[in-house]
This record gives sequence, structure tokens and C-alpha cells, in this order.
Amino acid sequence: MELYNGPLDVKEIFGRWLDEEAKSNYGAYIPFVGTIRAEDGIEALSFDIYEPVLRNWFDAWQARAAERGARVKMAHSIGDVPVHTSSYIAAVFSPRRRVALELIEEFVEDFKANAPIWKYDVIDGKRIYAEDRSTPMEGAGLLASARDEK
Amino acid sequence: MVKVEFLGPIAREAMEVDVKSLAELSKRLFEEESIRPWLEKCAVAVNDVMVKDPNHALKDGDRVSILPPVCGG
Repeated sequence: MELYNGPLDVKEIFGRWLDEEAKSNYGAYIPFVGTIRAEDGIEALSFDIYEPVLRNWFDAWQARAAERGARVKMAHSIGDVPVHTSSYIAAVFSPRRRVALELIEEFVEDFKANAPIWKYDVIDGKRIYAEDRSTPMEGAGLLASARDEK
Repeated sequence: MVKVEFLGPIAREAMEVDVKSLAELSKRLFEEESIRPWLEKCAVAVNDVMVKDPNHALKDGDRVSILPPVCGG
């Protein structure tokens, strides 16, 4: 897992990942690129990350992938990332394509739901929390339940 | 003492509280007007491990993180 300040150098990272696994005998490599679209007058998106929990989340995914003979990789940006550049890339390597196709979907979707990353729109230089696009993590609401315990 | 950190968009400094359980911490946090609206939507980590049990005990030196709704990518 790799974190960078600002936009990702997508070609460098994907090329390096390809080189890293060139002799690993994987039959399938599926990359995913998230690119920031120009919409709603934003000039950039901006990201906060809580790295310790993100590392635990990623390590758990690496273990799940290993059970299926596969390997996952990801890179994400911290701070401001201008429109038409990339803030998130992910990839799955696996011996066969079927596992890779399934894993890339599960990995990217669970990332959106449970990776501890907060997104802000940047408009006129101001950061505005993207509340309407954000989702509570698994286990959210625990404090409300805890309040009702003795 | 237990240290409580508020992550991402929750504009609140970390605080130290004397509590023995998540239940006690929760009662304390619900008293704070600036935090209360976030709490129903937040997940909780203790010492960087996500917690699912509302009865989770807390001990001196624990670090609790409050994680609001996320949107990576």
C-alpha cells in the first residue's frame, strides 16, 4: 500500500507493480484507476487519511487475497488532487482471471465503504466535506448503542 | 485517562477523559453539543483496531478514534 501527497503518477506505479510481479507467475493483472471528474464547479478533491486503520484494513485484504492465491495493491493520495488527475489506483494479481475479476470488484467496493479516508470538494480554494457522498463505516452507531448499555 | 481523537471533518481537538468503558465514554460525548450530531454515524477504533462491541472496556492509556462517514477514491 502506498500513500502520496497530491496526485498519483499512475504510469510509474502501474509499471513498477508490473515489474515487481513479472516473475511471480500470475496469469492475470487487473488495474483500476480512479480519476477525478470536473463536476459541480470543483477544482480539486482533497483527502484526509487515518493511516494506522487503513493499514490494518489493507493487511486484512492481503490475507484474504492470499487465501485465493492472489495479491492486491493500492495507492492513494493525501491532500489536494486536481480534476483530471488520479487519487486512487488499485490492482489484483492472480494466477487466473476469474479470481482477479471477482477480487477487484470486492476490493474496490469494500475500499469505498470501509477505508478510513475523508473526501472534500475544493471550491474557490475552500475544502468542503463531501458529506452526501460519504457512508458510515461498518460498525457505525456503536456509541449510540453503547450509551444505552449500563 | 483515555485519549479521544476525532478524525476527518469533525472539527474538534482531541480530549482526555476518565472513563472505564465505551458506554461511559458515549454518555460523556453525547453531552457535547458540537460532537453529538456526528455520533450516530461514527465508527470507533480503540488503539487503531475497529471495535464492534458496545460493552468494550477501556483502560488507562487507551486511545479511542472516532471515525465519521468515509469516501475514499
